[in-house]
Amino acid sequence: MTVQLKQAEPVAFSRILGIGAERGENVVTNDDIAGPIDSSDEWIRQRTGIVTRRRAGADRDVIDLAEAASLKALAAAGLTPDQIDTVIVSTVTYFAQTPSAAAILADRIGANPAASFDISAACAGYCYAIGQADALVRSGTARHVLVVGAEKLSDFIDPTDRSISFLLGDGAGAAVVGPSDTPGIGPTVWGSDGSKATTIRQTHAWSQLREDPSLGWPTLRQDGPTVFKWASFQVGKFAQEAMDAAGVGPQDIDVFVPHQANMRIIDQMVKQLKLPEDVVVGRDIADTGNTSAASVPLAIERLLAEGQAKSGDVALQIGFGAGLVYAAQVVVLP
Amino acid sequence: MAHTDQEILEGLAEIVAEETGLPTDAVVPEKSFTDDLDIDSLSMMTIVTHAEDKFGVRIPDEEVKNLTTVGDAVSYIAGAQA
Repeated sequence: MTVQLKQAEPVAFSRILGIGAERGENVVTNDDIAGPIDSSDEWIRQRTGIVTRRRAGADRDVIDLAEAASLKALAAAGLTPDQIDTVIVSTVTYFAQTPSAAAILADRIGANPAASFDISAACAGYCYAIGQADALVRSGTARHVLVVGAEKLSDFIDPTDRSISFLLGDGAGAAVVGPSDTPGIGPTVWGSDGSKATTIRQTHAWSQLREDPSLGWPTLRQDGPTVFKWASFQVGKFAQEAMDAAGVGPQDIDVFVPHQANMRIIDQMVKQLKLPEDVVVGRDIADTGNTSAASVPLAIERLLAEGQAKSGDVALQIGFGAGLVYAAQVVVLP
Repeated sequence: MAHTDQEILEGLAEIVAEETGLPTDAVVPEKSFTDDLDIDSLSMMTIVTHAEDKFGVRIPDEEVKNLTTVGDAVSYIAGAQA
């Protein structure tokens, strides 16, 4: 060997520079959807904490939602699109196998030729992608990474399904991650358990639909009580590990933002983590519903917009869902 | 040391009372969790989790739907201790 390679120059710290949100434009009430599942507004509220969910119209897809959220995140970060050199989109509801939603999004917002790719980590996708963005920025591989969790779950619902469809909404949440003078993103605690892959699932694969068109359009299902038990009593320990890894404790946390799956899961996690009563908890699910990869940034954006959280607050965020997958980290809010 | 059926019933009653706000003496073997005690499937999972911790047993998710009455749960936990 006669030459010595240069490697990317690392930077010490990273942080989230700005967050943007876009919710589906249609407000769907419990009464609107209760009929086909033989339910009621009261039952859905008691069971899930959801009052309305937001859904997008037929003319908007995942990239449209992502674009709107991304432009708001860029504005909040005070950056122009050409300063973005990497785009990561987490989605499970984009219709094309290829090319990626991220490449099209990057071009549409004016970030072409940023490196762009999609990831599939369901409701943990945003926290997965924040972990990747943190690593890319600190390694020197990227300077400004646009992370987007975007879902149009209303394309995968069955109005007669009582397991998950009535929870779901559409939206996109975006964050810009860049270099920082101070630590802004704690270590990501993440993992998966594919032995429980059928717990939250698509009714049948596209290949099965091709073999048997009578199966109809695939939609989502979950084993609700099993997911509730896992999320409420096992996932919390990963949030605790994320605090431990970041060197903070419950008393240092200003804001707790878990994936917005069900208000009763959120309540149980708060209890299990023994968070002090003054910790602000993201509860965007009440108005927006469960938007999978978008739910954590949407909940953070709401807290910031409504003044319940502020720039500099220490937030514990955790995503968990189909896979099963989970990811958690402590971040400083932009 | 295995718990007696009476100890399991008393322990379970405390867990149910904590989750639902019902008095412990309402939790008797012949009561149905769903029909009599108005416990939904999510609260049932919370109760099961606390019972697993309290009695050191494992109650598989697929078994929970078979625990119709308080007595069913007591019997299952008693058997699972062995």
